[in-house]
Amino acid sequence: MSIILTRRAAIIGGGAALLAGCDRLAEHKSVRDALFSAENFHQWAQRSLMDRNALAREYRPDQISPIFRANGTRNPNTEEYKALWRDGFAHWRLRIDGLVARPLSLSLAQLLAMPHREQITRHDCVEGWSAIGKWRGVPLGPLLKNAGLSTNARYLVLHCADFGRPGRPYYESIDLVDAWHPQTILAFALNDAPLSVANGAPLRLRVERQLGYKHAKYLMRIEAVRNMSHIYDGKGGYWEDYAGYDWYAGI
Amino acid sequence: MASTHTPIVYRHRLPTRLWHWTNALCLYVLFTSGLGIFNAHPMLYWGQYGANFDHHWLALDRFPGWLTLPSHYSLAMSRHWHLFTAPIFAFSLLAYMLMSVFNGHFRKDIAFRREELSPSHIWQDIKEHARLRFPKGEAALRYNFLQKSVYAKLIFLFLPVLIFTGLAMSPGMDAAWPWLSQIWGGRQSARSVHFIAAWGMALLVAAHLAAVILAGPIRHIRAMITGWYKISEETGA
Repeated sequence: MSIILTRRAAIIGGGAALLAGCDRLAEHKSVRDALFSAENFHQWAQRSLMDRNALAREYRPDQISPIFRANGTRNPNTEEYKALWRDGFAHWRLRIDGLVARPLSLSLAQLLAMPHREQITRHDCVEGWSAIGKWRGVPLGPLLKNAGLSTNARYLVLHCADFGRPGRPYYESIDLVDAWHPQTILAFALNDAPLSVANGAPLRLRVERQLGYKHAKYLMRIEAVRNMSHIYDGKGGYWEDYAGYDWYAGI
Repeated sequence: MASTHTPIVYRHRLPTRLWHWTNALCLYVLFTSGLGIFNAHPMLYWGQYGANFDHHWLALDRFPGWLTLPSHYSLAMSRHWHLFTAPIFAFSLLAYMLMSVFNGHFRKDIAFRREELSPSHIWQDIKEHARLRFPKGEAALRYNFLQKSVYAKLIFLFLPVLIFTGLAMSPGMDAAWPWLSQIWGGRQSARSVHFIAAWGMALLVAAHLAAVILAGPIRHIRAMITGWYKISEETGA
């Protein structure tokens, strides 16, 4: 039996050594680049082999999660945000600028007066949990049309009021496939109530075919850009810059 | 007593050997990085949705660092390892399956023969395994009932289930192919099945490793590398 035990120990020991080897491999830039490049494959596969305009599944009202879990920042807690919150976001404005012909500055009242879309969708966090909620908001596509999005624009950068770390505001970005997608909305209501602070008041993005961290909360500004290399660390989002998350979060 | 003449036979064809080692490495990376991903939210649910306030059927502590890739907690790196390896794993399984249909590997080596399915034969095979007695000589060339059932379960059940439950967790894939998560009863069910199938796979691999060790690891590993298997009349392990 001892020989078996030794061999079993060898397998476990070998396994641990293999893990340590993998960790060491991942310190090499070329290996990291290869691992990170899988994102390109998944994006290509989902955008080229499948219907890039496919709609995310919409659920029935009785399938809504009893409690919609809030994640990430639950309150931006900055003086600027608190001032906006105190008067019910009456002085809050959403700016749409960058590569557009007519920059927009929209109040919450103006957004509420625009045609809405309502969708009961599933929110999938990168951590693994899911919550189903009913969102109401303004489709992004018509807003971009109003602003006259330039043909030079490739991405929309969503600037937020909250900070991931001191000095590092939360931001995210999407490409134009998602920007024009009919289910991509700027949501101001969740489950028939105005968006709570924990869930991103007054306005958050819904980009239904991507993971939760793309659904930027506390929106302040949407900037149309040709590329993102000049924005913070250039990876297109707070988590992408800080923790190495994939920019394409459809998988 | 070693016989003066030990016949050597060609046992594993190249596609089988290539796939075996590619798959072994893939399963290892996928399992360890998968546990790393699980650590981000070590709770499991049934149904379409599931988060902290919802009813869960399993809540665990985080898996220890010696089981996860990377060994420190990093959801981003675990996902990079997992999502890099997953397509290699899936497409190499597909290639292996196609090759094995065309070269007759499944039909000749994996498919059960009628006589193997008789209860007395199965019982005999289980008894032999329980006594750690493995087929010797010519008989070792053919997979027996238990071997076939482990390989068939792995290739046709556990690995495909892992692929499809994995894809079902992707919000992009779910939009394009809504049936992906629906066949499991929702995304959280798919995640639970993915977890169960991963541990089922790990158990089958453990059984396979134990059998290889007991039946003569050198001969079997050499055969899976070179293709050539040395028939031994001596005792096995």
